[in-house]
Parts: sequence; structure tokens; C-alpha cells
Amino acid sequence: MAVHTLSYVQTAQADTLPPPLLVRGPIAWVRQNLFSSIPNTILTLVVVYLLYVVIPPVIRFLITDAVWTGIDRNACREDVIHRPVGACWAFVADRLSYFTYGSYPIPERWRVDVFFALMAVGIAWMLWLKAPAKGLGALYFFVVFPIASFILLTGWSAVGLTPVPTAFWGGIMLTLLVSIVGIVFSLPFGILLALGRRSKLPLVRLASVIFIEVVRGVPLITVLIMANTMLPLFLPQGVSVDRLLRPLVGVSLFSAAYMAEVVRGGLQAVPKGQYEGAMSLGLGYGRMMYFIVLPQALRIVIPGIVNTFIGLFKDTTLVSIVGLLDLVRAIEASRVDPIWAAPTVSYTGYAFAALFYWICCFGMSRYSIMVERKLAAGQRR
Amino acid sequence: MSTIAQAAPPSRGSVLYDPKIRGAAYQILLVVVVAFLIYSASVNAIDNLRAAKIASGFGFLENTSGFDVNQTLVSYGATSTYGRAFVVGLLNTLLVAAIGIVLATFLGFFIGVARLSPNWIVARVATAYVELIRNLPLLLQLLFWYIAVLRPLPDARNSVSFGLGFFLNNRGMYLPRPLIDGDAWYVVIALGIGVVAALAFGGWAHRRQMTTGTQYPVVRTGALLILGLPALVWILTGITAGNPIAFEIPEQTRFNLRGGLQVFPEFVALTLGLVIYTAAFIAEVVRAGILAVSKGQTEAADALGLRSATTLKLVVIPQAMRVITPPLTSQYLNLTKNSSLAVAIGYPDLVQVFMGTVLNQTGQAIECVAITMAVYLAISLITSAVMNSYNRRMAMVER
Amino acid sequence: MTRQIASMALGLGVGLLGAALATGASAQQTLANVKQKGFVQCGSNTGLAGFGVPDAKGEWTGFDVDYCRAVAAAVFNDPKKVRFIPLSSKDRFTALQSGEVDLLVRNSTATMSRDTALGITFTGVNYYDGQGFMVRKKLGVSSAKELSGASVCTQQGTTTELNLADFFRRNNLKYEVVAFASSDETFKAYDTGRCDAFTTDSSGLYAERLRASAPDDHIVLPEIISKEPLGPSVRKGDAQWADIVKWVGYAMLNAEENGVTQANVDQMLKSDNPEVKRLLGTEGKFGEGIGLTNDWAYRVVKLVGNYGESFERNVGQGSPLKIKRGLNALWTQGGLQYGIPVR
Repeated sequence: MAVHTLSYVQTAQADTLPPPLLVRGPIAWVRQNLFSSIPNTILTLVVVYLLYVVIPPVIRFLITDAVWTGIDRNACREDVIHRPVGACWAFVADRLSYFTYGSYPIPERWRVDVFFALMAVGIAWMLWLKAPAKGLGALYFFVVFPIASFILLTGWSAVGLTPVPTAFWGGIMLTLLVSIVGIVFSLPFGILLALGRRSKLPLVRLASVIFIEVVRGVPLITVLIMANTMLPLFLPQGVSVDRLLRPLVGVSLFSAAYMAEVVRGGLQAVPKGQYEGAMSLGLGYGRMMYFIVLPQALRIVIPGIVNTFIGLFKDTTLVSIVGLLDLVRAIEASRVDPIWAAPTVSYTGYAFAALFYWICCFGMSRYSIMVERKLAAGQRR
Repeated sequence: MSTIAQAAPPSRGSVLYDPKIRGAAYQILLVVVVAFLIYSASVNAIDNLRAAKIASGFGFLENTSGFDVNQTLVSYGATSTYGRAFVVGLLNTLLVAAIGIVLATFLGFFIGVARLSPNWIVARVATAYVELIRNLPLLLQLLFWYIAVLRPLPDARNSVSFGLGFFLNNRGMYLPRPLIDGDAWYVVIALGIGVVAALAFGGWAHRRQMTTGTQYPVVRTGALLILGLPALVWILTGITAGNPIAFEIPEQTRFNLRGGLQVFPEFVALTLGLVIYTAAFIAEVVRAGILAVSKGQTEAADALGLRSATTLKLVVIPQAMRVITPPLTSQYLNLTKNSSLAVAIGYPDLVQVFMGTVLNQTGQAIECVAITMAVYLAISLITSAVMNSYNRRMAMVER
Repeated sequence: MTRQIASMALGLGVGLLGAALATGASAQQTLANVKQKGFVQCGSNTGLAGFGVPDAKGEWTGFDVDYCRAVAAAVFNDPKKVRFIPLSSKDRFTALQSGEVDLLVRNSTATMSRDTALGITFTGVNYYDGQGFMVRKKLGVSSAKELSGASVCTQQGTTTELNLADFFRRNNLKYEVVAFASSDETFKAYDTGRCDAFTTDSSGLYAERLRASAPDDHIVLPEIISKEPLGPSVRKGDAQWADIVKWVGYAMLNAEENGVTQANVDQMLKSDNPEVKRLLGTEGKFGEGIGLTNDWAYRVVKLVGNYGESFERNVGQGSPLKIKRGLNALWTQGGLQYGIPVR
């Protein structure tokens, strides 16, 4: 036998390894997940140290050292209250109504509250996948709600609502308004553009492609500045466009281009057989799209639409650059107010805005993930 | 057959239902509407401009600007033209975009890989980072970074000195500026030769390794070529003609440090904000890319005895790149477009200088907006073209 | 015709909201319009302490705001019959041209090109101003000419930015400009220490100084590097409305010159001074000449006060700004404010 010539084959039984110390329980878990090797251990220690450096001061700032009540800057000044001062939540509490409504006249603010309520109903209706009467919901969200809100917020003397100039609108109300207008206008327009881009008519396709690619190729801020400075130039003399409307037009056009690409993805994902089936039934283009293709395509892209909306929602902060008093601008204006001139006021304002945006965006992204899972489950047959 | 064809009239009897005619009609309608909108808009614009006594055309680019900009990569002053101001803004945009893209790529890859780390705490921290940063508006982050950069720094009279002419204060960071002239050019040329030689060696070594399996010390040789060659030339010229490279050291004047190379806080805040924000998105792209590589690939590499870092570098990332490249490109473009938020923190980028100051001073909104948009569009198209060709090269060869 | 169709098409393109929010201009008959609406629509600052600023309840106060209230007092006998629209410096003139506001009192510099080319008329100067600099006291600077090498914060796209470049070039001084898009950001950057100096109209300097975290640490330098006559403006082509706005201003000046104040205006009705009698409408029919009642100036003084009172209350010694009268003193006291006589 030439077995022993294979030098790498062991001739004797190797010693048994010692039994693992622990394979279950928290200590084993820590071993496996945090200290499995030397580099891993170092990494773990570094990260723990980083957390130690970052988290306690943040908690101290936001909660432990924070000032919760007060009426002016003295409440939040170290030299006045003789203790370390973290976030000045008293400032946010004092300015909360300004952050919410801007300068909307106080006696009329119930109208904004009604607007919030109408919006909540609309959004819940649209987002709740199993909601009853979806078609009615779409009608409400894309037609009834915009018109009602418009009358409610701008006012209509005939029904006893005092007109409120848009110059007074601001804060969270304006932020939500810009996002909602963006979504209400961009979805239908985006669908049209997506259909245009996939159309067989060369000129329609060309026009859609040019619009989509140009808009997607430039930053939103340039679109907003364009809407702000050029819209008045393109209208006849003597006609002025409301200063709130200009950025709204910009935001709507901008998000429509992004929405178009999302919808196009959905249209492409609908199997060809569906188109062919519809055509063989003798449906025209409009009916085929409306009854067969779009319902399927839109269902597929709900997560994409929500993600686009998250982007749009974050991008609404840019309207502050063209002079609208959205939440960010309201905070910027308040933090330079001498009544609240204290060192931590700026950070507090930003922390408040961050909290607001984060809760909204994170919530929406969770929703989109949930829908994605549900849809995936539906496709798994 | 033929009788049937003859007998069948156009299905509903009217040209209105002929898809070709309908299509043509729709397109004509579209052209008419678009042309009409453009026509009426231009007529109104001409009327309005005339009424407001605003000039039109691009002649204003030759006019003296009359305003100053702090960060200029090319020489510029209040007596320069608007055209020059445009160049200044464009270069500032490109500078922040280029540096931002490089840094965001590193940070993004790092975090993306960290999210998939077997180390529990590392993965969790990376996830928390992504979820926190991605869900906050960039503008808010920039405003935060701007005061977070400015606030803690000392004022100009109490600058922190790091020795060797490095200073830090709330006007920015000051570095010694190398003055390059005369013999110093030899050093610069040597540097260039070093880089080219190092790249050539790297390529040759790679090919050799592919064919023969022999490994060469690429990194060490490259470093020696890139650093050693200029150093050698520097020493040689130093012996023959005196030290060729002088440094301009920042000096304290009454208000500010003067001289040297100044890195402005606006630039730092903008770069920081863009990098941190974009890295969160890149991390997601990278994670998706890595997850798309089948697990069998990693397991096969493990079975071959490759270490996990090597597996990542040689097996996983190259395959993941195919998935990563297209969305990564759009993140690069997003970063470039987002750099226009500079306007909020006073960094003189293209939008701030050209769509802000120049537009307001000249009133020539149409020209300024058109030029700025065209620049971003050109950047987008060029980047897409480059990345597409790269993508084609990288694409899987289908069997 | 084409124009109308074009505008309709564009209006449709802009959307339902657009058509509804677009407001038509009306150059003529502003007074009739205002009377019919029941209030004066004023373009105001977005918030400049002392000149035009809304409080938490949305009540506006300030020197410029007083001017609007005085016009409302002259027209309606009620200074509260006025609505304010905050306007940024970019939008202000378009808002006036398009008829969105009846009157613009928003510390706007009167210049020839604005007066002749923009389709608006400046009715006078209610505040003589000029661009100045503010610095920190601890820098020990006493003149703008010492600012060589300094960093200066300014708002971009304004004449301020150009004047600044001119000043440093003329004096052959080096400086570093840091320009921001809005006045809030500009001032905050200065306050945070980004710049050594902050520049804007000197009235604005005093107003902004109040917003500093420690106002007493800052001083305004004596140099004025430009002429900035600030005044109210109206649309061109409505002479009657321009007269009303102009004469409300002169009435306030004349009242101060003749010692007519908010407190003593009722006694002054019995004054024998012919100038006072003409002003307060007990002699002559001057008010009817501008389409108002003859006691128009009485109402202005009674409800708002004379020029000096408004000045001191909003920006002068009675206010946190503590601006000295300086150029804005009456001509009898060495200033430039000179009310054209009512006769």
C-alpha cells in the first residue's frame, strides 16, 4: 500500500478540540457577534467608544440639560440660570404656533386645522391598501380635496371666509401644502409623461423624453429660481402670478418628471400579454391603459411613488431659498429673533425640524417597505 | 381571400378611427400647442423686457461685474467681467462636486459594507446612520453643519496653530501655499512622470500576474515612483540651484490671517453635508449590489481559503459593481446637483454667483437661467455617457 | 386678442390655482378702489425692527408701517384699515406694478432708474439713509478705512454688494466678501463670528444690531459710503393717489414743524396760526383738493402722530434702536426733512 506516501494524510487521530465554552445564551451571542476575531473585537471597541462619545452628549443636550419652560432668552442662558443648558425647548413651545401656521391670522387658523384634517382623511384613504371605495378616494384626493382646500385657505367672501393673502401662509402648513400640491399635480402629469415616453408617436415621445431628461438633469433650485423669476416674464404685462404659486408650479413640474420615470418602470413591468390581451378584446388605447395596464402598473410602483414623495417632501425645504416661509425658513427667522437670542436656540430649532421631517419620512419609508413586502407576497404563487 | 379583403370596409367606416390619422392629429395638436405656448411666452417676454428696460442677449457677459467673490480658483476681482464670474462659479461647483464624489464614495462603500458586517453592533450603527441621514432634508443638514463648523471654532485673532503654517479659525483653515516657479517645474514634471510610471507598472504587473501568477509589490513600487521621483529631483535641484519650492506661510494681520491657502468654512460645511448625505444613499446602493451577488460566490471563495477582505475585494465587489454602477452614477449626479444648495450657506457656487448675484444685478433672468441649466444638463449628459460606456465594458458577457 | 388668448392658454397651463390667484393690475382710480375695498393694501418689509415688523399676533408696527397707517387715517379715519403684505427686496416693485399692493413703504431707495423705468413713482423721502458698516467693539476699529484685510458679510444681489466692492476698490483696501441670499443668514453669519464687519443701510444696521446675541458689543462706524434716500412709492399714472401719499408725508412734517402733536392736536384746532389752521383744515379746502375731507391732516396727526413722534417712537430715542435724527431732523434743526407748505 502506498498510502503513507501521501505526506499530507494524517496517520494518527488528531486530538479532539476542547468543547465550545458556550453555544447558546447571551455570552455566546456576544462572543459570536461582537468578539469573534481580533479585528472584530477592535472594531467593536472602536464603535462602542464612538457611541460613548456621541450618544451621551446628544441625550444630555436633548433631554437632561434641556430647558422646557420659559418666556424669553433668559430661560436658556447659562449665565442666567447657572447650569449647563441643552436644547431650549421653551423656544419651540413659544414659537410652535408660528412654526405650524406661519403668520396666518389667528382667528382664521381653524381653517388650517380643517385643511390638516381633510388632508389626513385623503392620505389615509389613498395609503390604506384595503380601504373601501378607492375610486371615490382618488376622486376625493385629486379633485374634491384640492378645490376645498383652495377655497378654505385662500378664503371666499361669498361663503363668509375672509380672504387670507398667501404671503401670510407659512410653517408646517406651507410645507405640507407644497408637498401635497406636488403629489396631486405630479401624479397625473407624471402618468401622462410616462405614457408619452412609451408612445408610438415619435413627436409625443420626443417631447416627453426632452421634458423628462431636461428636468431630471438640473437641480430643483434652478427650476424654482426659474419659476420665480421667469414665470412673470412669460405672462402678459399686468398679470402677476402669486408668489406662492410660482414655486408650486416649479415643484409640480419637477416631481412630475421623476414620477414619470417611476410610472414608466411600472408600465414596463406589466407583462406584454396583458397589452395583447386587451388589444385582442378590441379595447382602444385609452381603455386599455385605463382598465388593464395602469391599474396593474400603478400597483407595482406604489413603493416607488412613496419614495418619490419622500424625496419631494424633503425637497420642499428648498422653497425657503426662493423666499417662502416654510418650516425651515420659519425656524431660520425665529432663531435670529433677539427675544430668543441664546446660544443653543439654533440647534434646538434644527433639532425640532429634524424630528418633524424624520418622523414623516421614516414613517413613509416604513410604509413603502410594508407595501413592497405585501406586493411581493402577492406575486409569490 | 381577396373577396374577404375587399368586402371588409374600414372597421368603423370613418377616417376618425384610423390609428395613423389619429396619431398624426395628436402630434399636430401637440406641436401646435407647444409652438403656441412658446410663441406667446416669447412675445410676452419681449414686451416685458422692453417695458422693464432690461437688455437681452449674451452681451452682458462682457460687462464689468462690480462685485467680489471670496473663493476663486482663477484670478477674479470686481473689475472682472460677468463671464469671468461664471467661470469662477462653475469651477467652485466642480471643485466641491469632485471632492464630494470621492469622499462620499469611500464613506458610502464603507458604510454599505458595514451594514452587512457580521459584527452586530457595527451593522446596527451603520443602519442607524443610513436611516437617520436619508430621512432628513439635505438643506437642514447643511444649515446644521454650517453652524456646527463655525460655532466651536475660535475667532481669527485666537487661531489654533498646528505649526508649520497650519492654522484653524472661524474664517477657515489656512495652509502654507507652495509657490511654484522656475526650477520647481522640474519637481512637478517628475511627479507627473512618477504617476504615469506607477500606473504603467501597475498595469504590467496585473497582466503578468494574470498570465504567470507571479505577484509584484505594486503598491510599494508605485509609492516609491510617485513620491520618490519628485523628492529626488527636489533634492538634486536643491543642491544645484537652491531650494526650488518656497511656501507662503499665512500671517496674522489685524483682522485675518493673510496669505497661504485658505479653505473656507462654507466649503467645508458644504462638502461635509454633501458627503454625509450622499454616503447614506451610496451605502444603500452598495448594500443592494453586494446582496445581489449570489451567496455561492462568497462560499466558493471561502472554500478556496481566501480571507474575507480578499473575498470582498476580488470576488464580491467586482461582481457587485455591475449592479452598483448605474444607481451610483445617479447618486454622483445627485451630489453634483445638490451642490447647488450652496446658496443657503453662502458658498459661491454656480447657482449662488450666477443665478443669484449676476441675475439680480443684470436682471437678465432668461439668459442666466438658461446658461446655468445648460451647464448642469451638460454635466449630467457627459457623466451618463461616461458611466454608460464604463457599464458596457463591465457588463456580464452573456453566454 | 391674440394676447388675451395667449394669457388664457398660459393661465390654463399654470392651472386652476394660477388663474384664481393671478391679480390684474389697475393703474387708475386707486383711491376709489381702496375705498371700495375698505382698506389700504401696503407692501411692507418682511420684518425689519423699527421700520416694519409684525408681532406674534400679526400686528404690524414700525416707522414705515406708520406711514401706511397715516394714509389709512387720512382716507378712512381709521389707522387700522390697512393690510400689510410682506415683500422681499426682489419682489417689491413687481408687487406694486401688478397692483398687488396700493402703496409700497418698505425702506426702498429712490433712484432715477427706478422712478423712471419701473413704472412706479416715488412720492418723497421719509428717511435719508446711507450704507454703513457695523463691527464688534473689541476689534477697536473706529473708521471703515481701517477695515483693510477684514471679512465683510453682505446680502447678495443688492446694490449694497456693489457699493461695498466700490468702496474697498476706491480706497485700495483688501477684503474678503461673504455673500448670503437672505438678510437673516447674512446677519446670523456675522453674529456667529464669520465676518469682522456687516454692511447694509445704516438704518438696517441699527435694526439688525438688536438681533445680535449681545447688541452692546457692536458699533456702527461713522462712514456712510452711499446715498440711500428711502421713500414710499406708488404706481405711475394715478396722480390723485400719488398726491394723497405725498401729502400725508408732508402733513406729518408740517405738523412737527408747527408743534402739532398727537396730544395737543385738539387744542391746536383753536390755534390762530394760519399755517396750523390750513394744515388742520379749519381754513381753506385743501383736503378736498386731493379727494379727501378737509380734516385729513388732523386725522393723520390725531391717529398716528407727527413725523417726529413717529420717528422717536419707532426708531429714535423712544425705541430700542436709538437712532439719532441726523439727516432726518427738520430743516430748522439742521436736517433735510422739509415739509412743503400747505397753502
